[in-house]
Amino acid sequence: MYKIKTENLTALFQKIAGHQELYLPVRNAGQVNYANWSDEAEVDLNVLNTVKSPKDAFFPQSENLYTCKRDGKKITIEPEQLKSQNFVIFGMRSCDLKGVEVLDKVFLEDPLDTFYAARRDHGTIVAMACNEPEETCFCKAFGIDAAEPNADVATWMAGAELYWEPLTEKGEALTEMVRELLDDGSEEAVEEMKTNIRRIIAKLPYSDLSMDGWNGEVLDEKFNSELWDELYKPCLACGTCTFVCPTCQCYDIKDYDTGNGVQRYRCWDSCMYSDFTMMAHGNNRTNQMQRFRQRFMHKLVYFPANNDGMYSCVGCGRCVAKCPSSLNIVKVVKAFQNQGGEQ
Amino acid sequence: MSITAKTEFKPKIVAFCCNWCSYAGADLAGSSRLSYPADVKIIRVPCSCRVNPMFVLRAFEKGADGVILCGCHPGDCHYSTGNYYTRRRMTLLFSMLDYIGVEQGRTRVEWVSAAEGVKFSTTMNEFVEKIHSLGENVRLGDLRCRN
Amino acid sequence: MQELVKRASELLADGSVARVLGWKAGDLPYNPEPAYFENEEQLRSFVYNGFCGANLSKYMIEASKLEGKTLVFLKPCDTYSFNQLMKEYRVDREKAWIIGVGCRGKLDIEAVKRSGIKGIESISEEDGELKIKTLYGDHSISYAEAMLERCHSCKGKEHRVYDELIGESEETNDSERFAGVTEIEAMSPEEKFAYFQKELSKCIRCNACRNVCPACSCRKCVFDSNKFDSAQKANTDSFEEKMFHIIRAFHVAGRCTDCGECSRVCPEGIPLHLFNRKFMKDIDELYGEFRAGEDAETKGPLTDFTFEDAEPGVVAERG
Repeated sequence: MYKIKTENLTALFQKIAGHQELYLPVRNAGQVNYANWSDEAEVDLNVLNTVKSPKDAFFPQSENLYTCKRDGKKITIEPEQLKSQNFVIFGMRSCDLKGVEVLDKVFLEDPLDTFYAARRDHGTIVAMACNEPEETCFCKAFGIDAAEPNADVATWMAGAELYWEPLTEKGEALTEMVRELLDDGSEEAVEEMKTNIRRIIAKLPYSDLSMDGWNGEVLDEKFNSELWDELYKPCLACGTCTFVCPTCQCYDIKDYDTGNGVQRYRCWDSCMYSDFTMMAHGNNRTNQMQRFRQRFMHKLVYFPANNDGMYSCVGCGRCVAKCPSSLNIVKVVKAFQNQGGEQ
Repeated sequence: MSITAKTEFKPKIVAFCCNWCSYAGADLAGSSRLSYPADVKIIRVPCSCRVNPMFVLRAFEKGADGVILCGCHPGDCHYSTGNYYTRRRMTLLFSMLDYIGVEQGRTRVEWVSAAEGVKFSTTMNEFVEKIHSLGENVRLGDLRCRN
Repeated sequence: MQELVKRASELLADGSVARVLGWKAGDLPYNPEPAYFENEEQLRSFVYNGFCGANLSKYMIEASKLEGKTLVFLKPCDTYSFNQLMKEYRVDREKAWIIGVGCRGKLDIEAVKRSGIKGIESISEEDGELKIKTLYGDHSISYAEAMLERCHSCKGKEHRVYDELIGESEETNDSERFAGVTEIEAMSPEEKFAYFQKELSKCIRCNACRNVCPACSCRKCVFDSNKFDSAQKANTDSFEEKMFHIIRAFHVAGRCTDCGECSRVCPEGIPLHLFNRKFMKDIDELYGEFRAGEDAETKGPLTDFTFEDAEPGVVAERG
């Protein structure tokens, strides 16, 4: 266990950024999102959830796949280079880490997504325990421990000090790089932090949320439920929930005509959008109820069915905070629970 | 032999010309052997009010350095009133472009009748010169169209 | 609020309306959702409080297609949107029973959170102060400070269209509506560009601003067209967001009632109303004062003209 005074964090960031790209929560025009560190960047480690999840670091919202260029009758195709430089992502929370685990299940299984895999190989994750969990959090429902982030390096902010514990080889290597800035720290302070965090989490309004009844086996029952017809109604069909989500992994591949060639890129897609999974014959979901249902069925039924019971929701609470109509996955889970009670 | 000199800036100009007046005006300029720069690419539209603000932005996106709209003089519209709507729309659009920090002068509206070959040619010459002085359009272009 | 529920039950019971469009209590102190109610039992979860900011006029587009009348609760500024939608034949007045509800400014949970309050357990109101209990201690914040941006330039307490009125309204206007626009207009082109670049670089293309907008009622949006290579959902660092936001604002210019829903819902807190208000300010200055939705008849400024209108060159001339 090591520690560093918070006033020395800038020196730490400078040191890391001297060797590798450093990606961390930065306040820009009033909102905190992950961004590259620079001397001018206004780092904000206090904010619990960045607006967008850090999944961008491994799976960017849009990324180029290859570029075709036309020169007279000659056409050249240049594939996009894979990530080849190491980078550090600092400040991820336990829920977002679990989100990366979910993405791993999708992109690192066969067929391997090389763009994603390259970023995972080169990224070192420094995670932070959640000092002050908020009312929108429900990571506990998925068995995630916000007090014990399981990444390459785990850190705890305790008063004027940041405690630092490497957990993997990558973490050890990073620690070695910044070793001169770290002092030895005691376990006790961290243990106290952990107890404190768990005590708060137990008091959160969503902490008793039960996922009973949601698993890979209940496909027909849930799919055919009449509740969806009621639940989807306030949905505006925007993509906010899917774009702030740390686990949503659907993407679309598109071509952009540059005038003298084509850029093939992929970008996040949203099951809330009317052209989601559009095929030549049309679209297999023709109304918003079906699209709305898809989002929750995917997270709580289809995904667990294919991944040994693992949900693809991590309880970060971003959709709870951001939905324009105040809909969210918690309300859906609760609605099904209440229905069960009435029967 | 190697090319050392920096390539000279050749502005790309898109001119939307209405079928009934300005396009004919451009024709007249041509048949009267009045010259206007080859950098001006004319797109013929049925009426200046066919030009959706999106056309203007798309032209910039895809690499235009200046966009000019030409239509019949107010009162002379082939469809009676089309250009009056154009006038309001483009005024608001240009004002918005100015508001988001696009250099004034990259956009222009000019009324050119079928008889005004000279006006067409001088307008285009003036406009190209203006764009020359403003330089390349950086703020409204899509970076992907650069390479 | 009890009065609203009582009246809604009456109208449902005597068959005057087939359903009620209102707000349903959420599971946190600040997240009620727009909802339909079809019987008295469902109405038990009805709520009307400071966090019922959602403009229900938008939902009336769909409700107009349903069988029977829909009772809808509209705040004074929501009625402007309803009028505008009527003008465009997007809602059916005959299918709506409008109860104008009182409003004294709606609250913005983002504004509360911006002031550093987190872990909210309960919110109550006493003498113009919000008392907020949190996991990390008690706080208070003035009602005005927690209000939505739009309420600071309130359009007034008058309902523009209604069948009956319940409740008192207060005007909450405490700032100059175009102040934000004027401030930007005074910047140099470089500053303007940097300002919007910074704001719009946050855009995640979620389309919430568009989808919540009562004026955005096209059956298919140009940005959803798959024949068009400007993707609706890819955020790029270049021009696409600007094009989207300019076109979005332009398409509602002269029709936007300044209901402020776009800014309310933006997950990245982009001040989208600054686009809409720029058009409003220009329209007011160039074509005479106009407020969309004041009535359902007057021609909008972009579907109208005069022979003496200013030429587009006016933009450069006024500097």
